[in-house]
Amino acid sequence: MTAYIIRRLFQIVLTVFLALSFLFVLYFALPGDPATLLAGGDGRVPNPTTIRQVTDRYGFDDPMPVQLFHYWERTLQGDLGQSYQSGRGVTDILKETAPRSIRLSIWAIIIEIVVGISVGLISAVRRYSLVDRITTIVTAVASAVPVFVLAFVLQYVFAVIPEKQGWPDLFQFKTSGRGDDSWVLFFIPTGNTWRYLVLPAVTLASVTTALAARMMRGSMLEVLGADFMRTAKAKGLRDREVVVKHGLRNAMLPVVTLIGLDFGTSIGAAVLTETAFSWGGLGFYIADSVGRRDLPVLLGLTTVVVLAYAGINLLVDISYAWFDPRVRLGQGSAK
Amino acid sequence: MTITPSSLPSAGGVAGPTDGPGGPGAAGISDVGAATSSWREFWRRYRKNKMAVVALVLLIVLIILAVFADQIAPYRFDERPLTKTTAPSWDHLFGTDQIGRDIFSRVIYGARISLRIGILATVISVVIGVVAGAVSGFFGGWVDTIISRFVDVFLSIPYIVLAVSIAAVMGRSENTVIIVLGFTGWLAIQRVVRSSFLQLKELEFVEAATALGYGRWRIMFRHILPNALQPVIVYSAIAVGSAILAEAALSFLGAGPVDPTPAWGLMVFTAKGRLKPAPYELFFPAVAIVITVLAFLLIGDGLRDALDPKMKNRS
Repeated sequence: MTAYIIRRLFQIVLTVFLALSFLFVLYFALPGDPATLLAGGDGRVPNPTTIRQVTDRYGFDDPMPVQLFHYWERTLQGDLGQSYQSGRGVTDILKETAPRSIRLSIWAIIIEIVVGISVGLISAVRRYSLVDRITTIVTAVASAVPVFVLAFVLQYVFAVIPEKQGWPDLFQFKTSGRGDDSWVLFFIPTGNTWRYLVLPAVTLASVTTALAARMMRGSMLEVLGADFMRTAKAKGLRDREVVVKHGLRNAMLPVVTLIGLDFGTSIGAAVLTETAFSWGGLGFYIADSVGRRDLPVLLGLTTVVVLAYAGINLLVDISYAWFDPRVRLGQGSAK
Repeated sequence: MTITPSSLPSAGGVAGPTDGPGGPGAAGISDVGAATSSWREFWRRYRKNKMAVVALVLLIVLIILAVFADQIAPYRFDERPLTKTTAPSWDHLFGTDQIGRDIFSRVIYGARISLRIGILATVISVVIGVVAGAVSGFFGGWVDTIISRFVDVFLSIPYIVLAVSIAAVMGRSENTVIIVLGFTGWLAIQRVVRSSFLQLKELEFVEAATALGYGRWRIMFRHILPNALQPVIVYSAIAVGSAILAEAALSFLGAGPVDPTPAWGLMVFTAKGRLKPAPYELFFPAVAIVITVLAFLLIGDGLRDALDPKMKNRS
């Protein structure tokens, strides 16, 4: 087990190294000169001397491999550089944005767990009922709506209209920003923050919740047909007990895996949601930095997203072996 | 919105109980002589899924719209019969957009763009994914290590970051979107095909083919591949839908096609600022996206039911 974890950690480091190098090299092909960005900023036309100085200081004239080498040297020393655009340290931006993204992801995952699992469960137990049919349609539609369209619709229906029509206070949500941005225990919103949190959290959760519900339904149907379920019923257990104690536990495993992986992906996948709601997390800044060719910000934030994803992936694999003793890590074909 | 590898059937991501495609007995080793009856059998099973049949009809309608857009649409996609936005009327069924173009016509032309993006991107990713996965799974060893590590690296970059970055380098256009989606889409397919090949190459029929003296490439593509294709076919149907969604996402992030291309995603994005005065500008292309993507998802479901007898009782 320990050997397996060490090997995986080594692989993660290598993967991240190669992934970021690829992005670094890719951005060399981009039109636009970083020195001009740095020297000018915000649309001002910089003078040639400043551009020269900046080019020399940052070594923008060096051949690409040399610059790549220097980039890794700095990164490994913990220096993520500073934004070409605003001049802010990338580490500062990270400290500010990462908690926002994690909070949003936590709430999206809570929605996914609560709604996804219960809806999938009900739909499997009451198969072919009206509830099941509605669930099937809703989950399919949810995966077919572009994330930002859902965002616009939610903003319109739950923020713009309520404000215009003067709906009760409880139904007034906000379209963008974070409001008071105050939190207790890291992730519980206080003040008016929840008005800002609900819509992006629902949007971020929509696709994954639909997937989780579908998967839960499939997995539960499979378990319901298993021999041990019949045995449990034959023993005279009540239906509820059979479903919850024998069924749910066994059907949960693949769903738990999915949800675990979703947490990893959602931090990065929130790009669209965070942009639509101006949430100001990692995803928002990543999208912004691509648009502005702000390489240090892009690479710095992506590093964290990639590491988080790889780390959670590893945790999921380990917990899988923990829950299901039949799974042997580090053997066979997986990874 | 995108199909993550974890949502694929038996993607090699997690060590799980493999619900392996094409295991002994599944899908059946295709018998050439019985081709017609196996098609009939396929259709008989597919037909049972009513939603999938409706989706197929929808797809045919979409294809007709795309092919005959010039004949069906009352205006050209870049024609400006008016100078400003107007609400839906008999002259302009879906209204006109900000600069007076007929939205109905643009949505019809959009079918052409979306289907082209979806289908071409999927063809690229399936071809690369299947070849890479087959080579990787069949030969193993250092070839497999290199290909799989490569896939790992690119899968580790958040999909949207990768797509937007490549699009930024290549410049915005419809072709860029196709290439970006094609070259990011094959990664997941490689994993699925690879794991199928790992299982299938150990089976007796491969041994038999080897004993008959067939070459390795022939065994790979003529003998093993037909048995490994089932999850790929299902995935492809869904992938066309995901590619259409991805076009929308790229447009939203300013990396998609440019005006006047009547891409649905771009139309939705352009309309978002005017949701209050002109909701129809956003509504019609958005509905077109949802219906199209849904059609491909449901066709994917139908294909799965029809191709995998084991799954029949599950959904």
